[in-house]
Amino acid sequence: MKVETKPMEQTTTRTGADLLVEALVDQGVETLFGYPGGAVLPIYDALYRAKGSFEHILPRHEQGAVHAAEGYARVSGRAGVVIGTSGPGATNLITGIADAMMDSIPLVIFTGQVAKGVIGTDAFQESDVMGITTPITKHNYQVQHIEELPRIVKEAFHIATTGRPGPVVVDIPKDICATVTEEKVESKFHLPGYQPTVKPNPLQINKLYEALKTAKKPVVLAGAGVIHSGGSEELKEFVRNYQLPVANTLLGLGSYPGSDDLSLGMAGMHGTYAANMALYECDLLINIGARFDDRLTGNLKHFAPQAKVAHIDIDPAEIGKNVPTHLPIVSDAKAALKSLNQKQIEPLDHQEWMEQQEKNKRDFPLWHDESGDGVVPQWLMKKVYDYTKGNAIVTTDVGQHQMWAAQYYHFERPNRWVTSGGLGTMGFGFPAAIGAQLGDMDSTVVAVVGDGGFQMTLQELSVLQERKLPVKVLIVNNQALGMVRQWQEKFYEQRYSESIIDVQPDFVKLAESYQIPGYKLETPEEVEEHLPKILKDSHPALIDCRVLQKENVYPMIAPGKGLHEMIGVKP
Amino acid sequence: MKRIVTAMVHNRSGVLNRVTGLLAKRQFNIESISVGRTEKEGVSKMTFVVEVEDERKLEQLTKQLNKQIDVLKVSDITDKAIVARELAMIKVISGPQVRSEIQGIIEPFRATVIDVSKESMTVQVTGASDKVDAIIELLRPYGIKELARTGLTAFTRGQQPQMTEIKSYSLLK
Repeated sequence: MKVETKPMEQTTTRTGADLLVEALVDQGVETLFGYPGGAVLPIYDALYRAKGSFEHILPRHEQGAVHAAEGYARVSGRAGVVIGTSGPGATNLITGIADAMMDSIPLVIFTGQVAKGVIGTDAFQESDVMGITTPITKHNYQVQHIEELPRIVKEAFHIATTGRPGPVVVDIPKDICATVTEEKVESKFHLPGYQPTVKPNPLQINKLYEALKTAKKPVVLAGAGVIHSGGSEELKEFVRNYQLPVANTLLGLGSYPGSDDLSLGMAGMHGTYAANMALYECDLLINIGARFDDRLTGNLKHFAPQAKVAHIDIDPAEIGKNVPTHLPIVSDAKAALKSLNQKQIEPLDHQEWMEQQEKNKRDFPLWHDESGDGVVPQWLMKKVYDYTKGNAIVTTDVGQHQMWAAQYYHFERPNRWVTSGGLGTMGFGFPAAIGAQLGDMDSTVVAVVGDGGFQMTLQELSVLQERKLPVKVLIVNNQALGMVRQWQEKFYEQRYSESIIDVQPDFVKLAESYQIPGYKLETPEEVEEHLPKILKDSHPALIDCRVLQKENVYPMIAPGKGLHEMIGVKP
Repeated sequence: MKRIVTAMVHNRSGVLNRVTGLLAKRQFNIESISVGRTEKEGVSKMTFVVEVEDERKLEQLTKQLNKQIDVLKVSDITDKAIVARELAMIKVISGPQVRSEIQGIIEPFRATVIDVSKESMTVQVTGASDKVDAIIELLRPYGIKELARTGLTAFTRGQQPQMTEIKSYSLLK
């Protein structure tokens, strides 16, 4: 059957769904991640009429759509756009929305809702999307009148992408999408309660500058805020002018080149000795765009105990939330760094401190034992870094593989590292890689996933097959929920309750059933022989790499301990 | 410490839910909330009485409220010169023999009787919360059948004293 498509110009009257599509075009949206269903049928019909305006990606589960949108946003710097239907469609999006909220990822999520007349009657496929998403969104809307639709879409994109970015949900009852209007509707937005402070207060910047002049042991902690604001170049200039050591948060990796002399690497629970000791011993801590997460600070009692703390953050509620702050600066990270860079540079008197950093880095580097019989996962991460020359986009789930990737893949530039930091979501890495690839078709995208997390969202292999996206899925397969296993070993007297997963699918055959080349690598020799070629190929691949099951992530700060009480530090 | 915080909000559906949800999620203990429209079209005012541990917790509370898109302005008015009122309706068990006695008790509070039946009478009182507490305590021995309080609503006085040291005092205290 041939379906006639009508060009949109011919229709004098437009439906709410048409208005939505027009608003998306106005916002410059090119890629949609969505899944159709009853309540969004009018939207999908309008998309059909507007064919060619968007690239629509159909995941095989809504969770895949929202994680893919997160990956897309992280790499492209633009809002990820998601469409889901009402009821189960909307509830399947929840994990991804919560993930985006925790990591400040700009998303605009459209959910279908049952018709206005039956809202609240427990209608078929109804769920209280506003109630469910209020605590996990930056803001949410339910459209009540067709006239509001263009304005709400505009506001939603504005809120999602400005200030501290985050997810915004727009819930649209089905009848509003189907309603016809002939009038031209205003889309001016009005948000008097939303005025993010972008520029820093010059007095506060002066105070920080003065504190910097007298500091003997200064350290910079660079978080994801530097990346979101596009302030990496400014950070480099600032840090190099004053010769400051830089520690990164997990999500801040790449905001400062990881292999640079001034880089201390990642701080926190599995951070480097040098980074954590610098945070412990410093007398001036300049936090730029990080939120002092508990996985970073460890026990707050021992966090930077002698330091004057300066905190630059665009979200005033983050300042002083966990760590008392002496120099609060509410600002976009880039704008604050620009102001700081306009100051006259006076060389600091902190030679001894810098030498100590050098010494810590030299004497207590990250270590792992390569004598084991089989593939050592840390070594594998080093190899991935070498083979991709540090240029790949790396996405991960949460767990051991995530920490090894963070430790051994030195991110040299921003927007290359896509990981679930705040929520710690298993199943994030693979769909995020799909979005990341769509956001940057020229780069190699490696989804570093665990065998556990991959099995939570592996249905998205269909998207790889369908779209021929050259994503490389690297399963760091230790036949266990590795981080759970590690904690049970350390803190639960080796009672491995439900963490060892011996029964697995044949991942190679699984890949083949999706017509994707699958590889099983079991020895270091096989890795060295095949991995470089697989990573270079222009087609998708799934690599089931068997690694040592008993390998743990070190060094580590045990729960409740301070930054200076790391275990597993070796000279 | 007990604080009185007011928030001007957009009068949109779900705002109250958003705000109380936020406070519950962050473990702030709300003692009372009152909401109503203001002189501005589309703007409502919420008054919260909250129990917070310390200054830092209080700062978090106001910052988190301010972060909400529909919240226009947040003020902690506890230490300002304010007018704060609460309304309570108290249904007291009262046979004919104690009715005049109760009348006598409530008069100094400028409370009024708004309903009478064979076995009970309903008293309405407005004022500061401690005044409402006081009248309730006095009526309790007679037996309270039903009690409803609105929660505190408040704003700052038209004129704020120049010197903050001067506190209002009364001979009764």
